[in-house]
Amino acid sequence: MHGKIFKALLLVAFLLSLANIGFASPRTVEESTVDSISMTHESESSEEAEKLNPSEFIFDHVKDAHDWHIMSIGHTPVSIPLPVILYSKSKGLNIFMSSKFEHGHTTFKGFRMETSGENKNKILEEDGTKPLDLSITKNIASMFFGVFIILLIFLSMGKAYRKNPVSAPKGLQSWFEPVVIFIRDDVIKPSIGPKYERYTPYLLTLFFFIWINNMLGLIPIPPAGANLTGNIAVTMVLAVFTFIITNVSGSRDYWKHIFNTPGVPWWLKLPVPIIPLVEALGVITKPVILMIRLFANITAGHIMVMAFILLIYIFAEMSAGLAYGISLISILFNVFLTFLELLVAFIQAFIFTFLSSIYVGLAVADHHEEHQKEHV
Amino acid sequence: MLSIILQAAAGAGIAKLGGAIGAGMAALAAGFGIGKIGSSAMEAIARQPEAAGDIRANMIIIAALPEAVALFAVIVGLLAVLS
Repeated sequence: MHGKIFKALLLVAFLLSLANIGFASPRTVEESTVDSISMTHESESSEEAEKLNPSEFIFDHVKDAHDWHIMSIGHTPVSIPLPVILYSKSKGLNIFMSSKFEHGHTTFKGFRMETSGENKNKILEEDGTKPLDLSITKNIASMFFGVFIILLIFLSMGKAYRKNPVSAPKGLQSWFEPVVIFIRDDVIKPSIGPKYERYTPYLLTLFFFIWINNMLGLIPIPPAGANLTGNIAVTMVLAVFTFIITNVSGSRDYWKHIFNTPGVPWWLKLPVPIIPLVEALGVITKPVILMIRLFANITAGHIMVMAFILLIYIFAEMSAGLAYGISLISILFNVFLTFLELLVAFIQAFIFTFLSSIYVGLAVADHHEEHQKEHV
Repeated sequence: MLSIILQAAAGAGIAKLGGAIGAGMAALAAGFGIGKIGSSAMEAIARQPEAAGDIRANMIIIAALPEAVALFAVIVGLLAVLS
């Protein structure tokens, strides 16, 4: 019963963050004094907007943003504004919708959005310092949606299992039970050994979180279609969780193998601890490479899809005929690439879970099994 | 003298050249590595067709490892081109 309330609360949180769906118009009636200034600014930027800048377009869509940009009709951007939550030392807590910034053209309450340079699309105060930015950005709203989908699937599955524990699975259970059994029996149990049940919740959550968010990133319709798992901050958090769980559950043998590796001569350990340093570096490198692997695979996939679509527009600037010609090839290649991205979505989730379970398995390994593995 | 050379090198866009060559080498290395994994997997399946499922699963797992390193090099190349 409380599962339902929690789901409803999450849905309400997500819907509140999208409360102001609407078109963002470049000028309002009250700002007539700013009108003339913004008018010239519009015409200047419209001339720049005519010239397509592929790398800027790609990076704006792969990175996080304070509004959900869907398309631009002429010079008017159509986007869903998202809440901005700022805490600055001088002005305190400020919560407002990002439509107040009007895509970087106006300042609001002493905050402005940068439109170029290294702080592009970030919110700065008037004097250039950065406030503490806790906004619901595009990636966070997409994460709420992904988590809502995951809770919807698994809470209903759990309820069905609790109601009929011995009957054959039907409906949603028949979809997900083979996958859960596969991950538990072929990935988690062989890697961790007899103590696998303690780590199964985390590893299964990791797998489905990464898989479902990867797949949602491939659907271009909001609220799906944000590059969540391609955000290095998100993958860093997942890698940090793996790091914490591995090292907190590390047995004495695990730490002994890192700082006092058996079988290594003493002169590599004592005056200058070369081997302990190398092993400690290994402890840190493993989660870092997990983070980079997921981030690079997903972001590279999104960049490739967008680059091939932009190819049509780049050719269109040269001649219309070329654009029609290239569009067929580009679209066919994009279909193929999207199928490949579906495969990559599953494989990357699987690899992250598999390597995490191997690291946990190495950390909780039993003393006797460890020595048997060493002498192989 | 050194500062003049450095300025000339920066003006000539050596960073972009380095980034592009690095990405190309990453593609070469990834193709070579993953091709080797695939070829040995094919040979193993040919030797023992009943183990095809196991071999395929292991091949996919191991193929993700050099792929990660190649994409790491692509990111470094991208950073070199853009900054």
